[in-house]
Amino acid sequence: MNKKPQIQSYTLGELEAGEPCCIPTPHIEVSNLSVSYHGKTVLDDVSLNVYKGCITALIGPSGCGKTSFLSALNKLSELNANAAVKGSIVYEGTDLLNDTVDVMSLRRKIGMIFQQPNPFPLSIRRNLDLPLREHGIRNQKTRHEKIEKTLKDVGLWDEVKDRLDTSALSLSGGQQQRLCIARALVLEPEILLMDEPCSALDPLSSGVVEDFILRLKGHYTIVIVTHNLAQARRIANYAAFFWMKEKVGKLIEFGQCQHLFDTPKDDLTAAYISGAKG
Amino acid sequence: MGDRIFSFIVWTSAALVGSIFLWILGDIVLKGFSHFSLSFLLEHPEDAGRSGGIFPIIISTALILLVAIGVSVPFGLGVAIWLAEFSKQSGKAVSSTRLTLDVLAGVPSIVYGLFGNAFFSIFLGLGFSILSGGLTLACMILPVFIRTAETGLSSVNHSWRAGAAALGMNKTAAIWHILLPSAAPAIVAGLVLGIGRATAETAALIFTSGYVDRMPGSLMDSGRALAVHIYDLSMNVTGGDSAAYASALTLIAVIIAFNIMAQTMTDQWLGKRVQRA
Amino acid sequence: MILLKPSFLYRLLMNKWSIDRGASAFLAVLAGLSASLLVLVVIFLGKESWPVLSHGGWHMFLSGSGWYPLEGQFGLTPMILASLAMMAGAIILAVPFGLAGAIFVRFYAPPVLAGTYKAMMALLAGIPSVVFGLWGLTVLVPLIGQIQPPGSSLLAAILILALMILPTVALTSFAALEAIPHNILNGAQALGMTRKGQILFVAVPAARASIIGGILLAMARALGETMAVLMVAGNVVQNPDSLFTSVRALTANIALEMAYANDLHRASLFASGLFLTALVFLLSWLASYSSKDVRHG
Repeated sequence: MNKKPQIQSYTLGELEAGEPCCIPTPHIEVSNLSVSYHGKTVLDDVSLNVYKGCITALIGPSGCGKTSFLSALNKLSELNANAAVKGSIVYEGTDLLNDTVDVMSLRRKIGMIFQQPNPFPLSIRRNLDLPLREHGIRNQKTRHEKIEKTLKDVGLWDEVKDRLDTSALSLSGGQQQRLCIARALVLEPEILLMDEPCSALDPLSSGVVEDFILRLKGHYTIVIVTHNLAQARRIANYAAFFWMKEKVGKLIEFGQCQHLFDTPKDDLTAAYISGAKG
Repeated sequence: MGDRIFSFIVWTSAALVGSIFLWILGDIVLKGFSHFSLSFLLEHPEDAGRSGGIFPIIISTALILLVAIGVSVPFGLGVAIWLAEFSKQSGKAVSSTRLTLDVLAGVPSIVYGLFGNAFFSIFLGLGFSILSGGLTLACMILPVFIRTAETGLSSVNHSWRAGAAALGMNKTAAIWHILLPSAAPAIVAGLVLGIGRATAETAALIFTSGYVDRMPGSLMDSGRALAVHIYDLSMNVTGGDSAAYASALTLIAVIIAFNIMAQTMTDQWLGKRVQRA
Repeated sequence: MILLKPSFLYRLLMNKWSIDRGASAFLAVLAGLSASLLVLVVIFLGKESWPVLSHGGWHMFLSGSGWYPLEGQFGLTPMILASLAMMAGAIILAVPFGLAGAIFVRFYAPPVLAGTYKAMMALLAGIPSVVFGLWGLTVLVPLIGQIQPPGSSLLAAILILALMILPTVALTSFAALEAIPHNILNGAQALGMTRKGQILFVAVPAARASIIGGILLAMARALGETMAVLMVAGNVVQNPDSLFTSVRALTANIALEMAYANDLHRASLFASGLFLTALVFLLSWLASYSSKDVRHG
């Protein structure tokens, strides 16, 4: 990557934009969140704040409920009929666990990127066009402008502008993942949920995607699950450490990233970070 | 018994079977070709079918197939989508529906003929008609088509469903834009299977669409399907054998054409819109 | 604000999530209708058979009085025996040859030949039964007639049926053999087994459940076959005493007499259809039962 393009979209609005920085106002407030599948609890009593414009990393070994936590934030856990979510998740003054929430507009504001890149088996253009159409953007010109802008933001435009109508599945892993990020960004969300976005990619693509996520800091609120402690240290403002206690996932410690890594309050945190455990 | 002898037995059996089938195929092609001509396809039958052509019969067959496909495809797709996407997988509704369909798929075709006669022809008053025959065939195609379409839909990559949901797309949009096109090759394959079975069907049509070999004026007219014509020519018409072979050749050619068409359709479809990862 | 449910009317018109609910309900109704087809079939078959079932009951069909429908005699035994004999004979021929064909394609044939053989099997599986009947009537029956007139016989039916179900047996057995995990065969090879040993003592037993399932399905198809046996078996109602006897299958009986049957006669044909269906179900149920044991092999 020779030139790093400027991000053109500031979804947090003019006032809140400016120097990429982290504004310590809560964007999402999670209180006493518990998630269970088939009656078996996988996550118990988690409370934390996701701060606006910041990158919050969720770290901890596999199976501690980090992905379940993420899925609860955009109500994707509803896809599973056996899932039960309790507690409260307050976003823009509404508790998301309330049944009357309009899921469609919620997921426009809160986008998700998955561990395995999952572009639709359609052309590159259609991958971005389809969500726009579904959210009611009828004007074809407007859609095309948004698509071009977003592809430029993720740095894919030069690579794909001549083959927008070819299949998205013909892209490399790293390109596919950036396409998935673009697909989420094209809806102009405020929050991005990322479930280990780099772990299925080769090191080179992983670096490219990570660089890109870093440039999103301050312009979007990001919650990222990662196994890579070094990555968390590199990019995150806040970190939440999860661990399994009595076969149930719990939040052990949450705080500013630097503090958590350098001066952890809990012994378990210290042990995990130093590599002694997990 | 040594390895060599076993080898010999396998090769010989395969060769024997192969030659018998080549014998049959050869007979059909040779005997059929001698009576076959373009006018055969375009003329009306004369002299009880010994001479002349099979044009009205082709039309009747096409109409019966159209009715059968026109009814079973939308209906069947709808049920398959319900089974794969909307129903509660652990519920009793799903398992009993699947069981019922499996049972229906095993019913012999002559029994469908009996049912079609009792229900469509008599109870619903459709008499001996193309409509009655087509609807009976639809009942026959439906169970197998639903199961193959359902299998095709369930085997589509699940991550696309999650991705679509995360983008705020409802299930209907995800099914329409992503899942159905992706499952299309499997669904079309199942459809072709069903069409093949329908085209070959005789027993179910004898008592529902009837025997009349004139050009049908409407769907309510009786019409003779190609398979029924072959039966009539060989069993009831002395000297009708060569015409029967020519009709058989036509029928087989149609079935092969369907299969090739379906294969090229799915290949094209795959290349154009949708690609496997 | 954007998260609160929009006003009632707006929600009704624009809420895309209610589309899902509507679609779900509509499709569920379709599914219910398709399932009720079975109920419909059973009801109408039962309704049509009722006159004869209430008149004499099932035992009348199995009495030895013979099939004289116009005199109220509905003995089905010769025809049931004929159908079973045809099926048994066809299976005895089709299974070894079909299995041999599958083994040939899977283990012996070079790629081009294997592909051709498979394509030929698939083609033959698609040939309509009337065409098999036509060939049988014009070629096979005269041939048999030279050995023993009249030619239209149990043997002709057995041979034609065997040819018809052989592709089914071959193709399902081939799929079963293909599905065997590679490590099982590699293990046998590593033990230095002969090819014959690998196939007969390792591969076939491993695929046994699916192969048996395919055979049972072929049996069901043979029992349910109408046109081909109608055209070559001779259609005389008598016991299948020898291979050269002219016989009438249960299915052929229905096809032949439906056109002019009235009242009790017609009802008895429907009843024989029900009986036939029950037999076929038994076989299909056995087929699914055996393939459930796939893991136990």
